[in-house]
Amino acid sequence: MFLSAANLQAIALTLQVAALTTFILLILGTPLAWWLARSGTWVSKAVAALVALPLVLPPSVLGFYLLVSMGPQGLLGEWTQALGWGVLPFSFAGLVVGSVFYSLPFMVQPVHNAMQALGERPLEVAATLRASKMDTFFHVVLPLCKPGLITGTIMSFAHTIGEFGVVLMVGGNIPGVTRMVSVQIYDHVEAGEYADAHRLAAVMLVFAFAVLMALNVYNQRSEK
Amino acid sequence: MNAPANTTTKLRACRNKARSYTFAIAFNNGETQRSMGQRSAQMGLLALLALLGGQRCVAEPAQVAHIAVAANFAEPIKAIAAELKKTTGHGITVTLGSTGKLYAQIQNGAPFDMLLSADTQTPSKLEKMGLTQPGSRFTYATGKLVLWSANTARVNNQGDVLKLANLGKVAFANPKTAPYGLAAAQVMDKLGLSTVLAPKLVQGESIGQTYTFTATGNADVGFVALSQVLQGGHLKSGSMWVIPRGLYEPIRQDAVVLKRGADNKAALALVQLLKSPPIKDLIRSYGYEL
Repeated sequence: MFLSAANLQAIALTLQVAALTTFILLILGTPLAWWLARSGTWVSKAVAALVALPLVLPPSVLGFYLLVSMGPQGLLGEWTQALGWGVLPFSFAGLVVGSVFYSLPFMVQPVHNAMQALGERPLEVAATLRASKMDTFFHVVLPLCKPGLITGTIMSFAHTIGEFGVVLMVGGNIPGVTRMVSVQIYDHVEAGEYADAHRLAAVMLVFAFAVLMALNVYNQRSEK
Repeated sequence: MNAPANTTTKLRACRNKARSYTFAIAFNNGETQRSMGQRSAQMGLLALLALLGGQRCVAEPAQVAHIAVAANFAEPIKAIAAELKKTTGHGITVTLGSTGKLYAQIQNGAPFDMLLSADTQTPSKLEKMGLTQPGSRFTYATGKLVLWSANTARVNNQGDVLKLANLGKVAFANPKTAPYGLAAAQVMDKLGLSTVLAPKLVQGESIGQTYTFTATGNADVGFVALSQVLQGGHLKSGSMWVIPRGLYEPIRQDAVVLKRGADNKAALALVQLLKSPPIKDLIRSYGYEL
């Protein structure tokens, strides 16, 4: 067997976290991107900056804030406890929450760009045809922004799979629950299990290359 | 007390000398007529002179050693570094981590002069690999494991909390890389609680992260080092159970000078300091045995 049972478990978990994170981001990120594209207020500029923060902040900053705020004394933690969910660190849900923050710009920015590139014309045409705002959004905006949505989806998914710092800080390294591939590789390296580390690292490398290659091919095709 | 003062005076003299060389370079820089090549050659020569002069004017210049330190010793090493600076003028930079991580780094050529490990195996493995200064290995402390909670009413002096049904997450350090984590695993095993506790366990990558998990309340209780929760010989906060010694193998912590630090004055001074009675007392005050 090329990969050990523990490594396969880490891969399965990582795919689950990434898939759920991407799904949530599509639902949250798309309307957010639309609002950012349409609103020119200072508030929206500030929100755009907030969304982009994970691009420049070290994951340790995000991880630290998440650990403290999701903990029993933290604001998020008090909230989740009141709802009877317990605290989020060291749980699958906690990882997904962390990943949503962490990958937010990778979904919002490509979609935002696509929506801005749209211009006023299609919206005006839709309005003259008496399409409602909802109608326009679902039947004009979204289809025209398909390349942006696909780029955002792929990038969010791939970026969540590559997440390390946040997982290391709020995950607690529990097999099958929070031990994602990146942390598993780190663990192998620390323990001197280089053969295992090599196998898993090679899988990640091939995956990342394939994703970027596919994205390039898709982008080129949609430009034609 | 005379010697350090003497060194300081010499150092000051040396610094003044260095400053005058710097001035000479700056002055030379102002002359714009000469060709670039000539000037840079001259500047190089002056810089070299300054270096040579600097080396000659003090018999024992203060040095800096890079020390890899097991995370449990984070607090004591701060105090010891301050003492080293005060008495010898030498400085150290400290890199904290789990013993296993530091081992992997040293094995792969990390530029450390010395290792303060949390076990005896790691220094002896490095010794066998020829990465240490032969004969430099010694025990600087024996650590104690405690079960600790940030909550003052959570842990009694029997550790009964481990058997409670409403016990939350239990943090311990990665047993593969952190000796304190290995000791925690032994304790749970000896108590016959390994299976019961398994679904509640969360792993810190070092004893430092294990402490963070517990201190933030994210873990209900945690197996941490006594040195992390003591301050001036007293429990800082929360509640703890000092785990009886029979429940885990003694955590003997060895230090070793690495090949790279063989001639490093700061590293050698640190070795002397760690072996001195006042520093041994200081180490004991953090809950270690010696």
